[in-house]
Amino acid sequence: MQEKPIQHRLVIVGILSLMAGFAVVTYSSFREFLPELLRGALVTIQVTLGGAMVAVAAALIAAVFKMYGSLFGRWLAIFYIEVFRGTSALVQLFWMFFVLPYFGITLEPFTVGVLALGLNIGAYGAEVIRGAIQSIDKGQWEAATALNLSRMQTLRRIILPQAFVVMIPPWGNLFIELLKGTALVSMITLGDLAFKAQQLNQNTLRTVEIFSLVLIMYLCLAMIITSLMRALERRASRGLVRGRAS
Amino acid sequence: MMFEWDWNYTWEILPILGEASLVTLQATLLGFVLAAVLGLAFALLRMSRLVYIRWITTAIIEFIRSTPLLIQIFFLYYVMPEFGLTLDAMTAGILALGVHYACYCSEVYRAGLDNVPKGQWEAAIALNLSPYATLRNVIIPQAIPPVVPALSNYLVALFKETPLLSAIAVLELMQTAKILASESFQYTEPITLVGLYFLVFSLISAALSRQLEAWLNTRHGGSR
Amino acid sequence: MNQVDNPMVRFENVTKRYGSHTVLDKLDFEVAANEKVAIIGPSGSGKTTLLRMLMTLEEIDDGIIYVDGEPLTHMLDGDRLVPANRKHLSRVRAKIGMVFQHFNLFPHMSAVNNCIVAPLTVLGLSKDAAYERAAELLDMVGLGDKLDHYPGQLSGGQKQRVAIARALAMRPKIMLFDEVTSALDPELVGEVLKVIRKLGDAHDLTLLMVTHEMGFAKEFADRVCFFDQGKIAEQGTPEEIFSAPTNERTIQFLSAVLETG
Repeated sequence: MQEKPIQHRLVIVGILSLMAGFAVVTYSSFREFLPELLRGALVTIQVTLGGAMVAVAAALIAAVFKMYGSLFGRWLAIFYIEVFRGTSALVQLFWMFFVLPYFGITLEPFTVGVLALGLNIGAYGAEVIRGAIQSIDKGQWEAATALNLSRMQTLRRIILPQAFVVMIPPWGNLFIELLKGTALVSMITLGDLAFKAQQLNQNTLRTVEIFSLVLIMYLCLAMIITSLMRALERRASRGLVRGRAS
Repeated sequence: MMFEWDWNYTWEILPILGEASLVTLQATLLGFVLAAVLGLAFALLRMSRLVYIRWITTAIIEFIRSTPLLIQIFFLYYVMPEFGLTLDAMTAGILALGVHYACYCSEVYRAGLDNVPKGQWEAAIALNLSPYATLRNVIIPQAIPPVVPALSNYLVALFKETPLLSAIAVLELMQTAKILASESFQYTEPITLVGLYFLVFSLISAALSRQLEAWLNTRHGGSR
Repeated sequence: MNQVDNPMVRFENVTKRYGSHTVLDKLDFEVAANEKVAIIGPSGSGKTTLLRMLMTLEEIDDGIIYVDGEPLTHMLDGDRLVPANRKHLSRVRAKIGMVFQHFNLFPHMSAVNNCIVAPLTVLGLSKDAAYERAAELLDMVGLGDKLDHYPGQLSGGQKQRVAIARALAMRPKIMLFDEVTSALDPELVGEVLKVIRKLGDAHDLTLLMVTHEMGFAKEFADRVCFFDQGKIAEQGTPEEIFSAPTNERTIQFLSAVLETG
């Protein structure tokens, strides 16, 4: 466990040097395809960011409703969580894209992508948040009651700040899943990285270079997410870690 | 409300979807067998005494886990022929699913292997067992049963990703539904039915997985 | 017995059950204002439950608890008593503070922030006023130099003293101490008891403590209650209980405790 960060860094260095080597070898196609792929990557990033915001909001609402809601609220939260975890992300995407218009709701492909992927990840996130909140010692609630804090005040000031630290790593994984999931929006005509890859592939048939480049670009995006989440974790747990050290 | 559920159409397409769902199940099972076997191999390679093998395996796993399954499916289907390996869509799809989920499974196996007490290794050395015999007869039989529920979760996850195979025109459930929908211009029924199909299977398997976990807990007396 | 004119705390016929197990059995119990009561007894006798019900951490199955003249668990609706709502609970609860066996400090807040959060959010104190109050109290418990330390950086005895300061910051009329030294290493018990003794000298606090520290109970408390099987088996001045117990169970318990202690 202790050598893990070092090992992780070495793996990153290894992958980066592999990529650099690959870039040198395929320099000409690199220059040819990169502008178009970067345009796709921008869409991928936008969908990921939008989806992340939807996911966090949906997860928080669903988790709070499932734990503290009225009977109807709990029922609604469970329905949301089970339906979005129980059906496949692509089915949800297609359903919102093809079926919702029959209900009189026609959304932009971008909106569909952000909503479907965000709600999908949010359903998993709701369970992450619930688990993190429940992992906090019952004594914290009791101490807050003894200090006469209300339930909302306790949740906001005492429980969530502690649960937040616990749930950063699993949310990091969920954001990676979200990033990977964005490739699905290429199937509802959105011009993301995966879409551009298929388009370039059909036009040029330079299959190996294109798909390798695209894989590497996804990897870079994933590594950015990972490092951001690690930095966040370090920041958030500063007080707690400082405490544990002694 | 312009929405209307067409029961006649539903009955008409249900048998067709039922047949297609067999392809989905086939891809799921074959993909998972591959994932389970390859995942164990990955986990064991990550325990290798050779630093380089450990690192390379880790790098490969990180790479596959960090990139979209959809692109990996395309890669196997479109790129492999360039290297002289032409796969039909179903095979490429199963391979991609299997390799992708092998990386998740390897993490699960690793947790299981890490949980086998060190004393078991030491006892095996004291009995002069070969490393292979130690793994095969002592370590793996203890490592795997506790992680079966976690593995079964990935079986369900893999199952829910099979619709991606529609991207390379495998005639599984999603692709069939899409074709039916575009022929009849009735999207509501086929796509909703596909969603229900996954929902029902997921709920059933979640219940089964809970039972399995409870059964394992009683059988192993919480020794973990 | 021990009828008081204006009791600070009054339990009337209070019953608490967990499933079929009765923890407190039709308990009548009174504490006078500024009285210091030590509650002793074997584990499982319901003494901790008594404190937790007073702090509204447990619901009661039957009976009524009064605090400072008004019902805690119930409120008047016209002239009928109905179960209390949250607002009522919160208002009466403001008179009570509690210190726990396992401290229950908030690990993500420094010592001073542990003492500030409730005055700030519940009492609506200004930041400066809350800080001043917290610093003063932490100084009083001997931790004036540890304001910015996190709980993880403090010893058990220091943590428990922060917990006492935190409870006092809400200016309660009643303080509950639930086995506050049981989780401490023996050498740290003294510093916590010293702080409690200091509180006893201030004459505007009613103290209820569940404790295993018989020596402390003997010299500190005005009254000692021996709990057994959900009932007060015997109570009286420390001299009466420790020197001349009359109840068979009290005698057994005390001889067992004092032998090992």
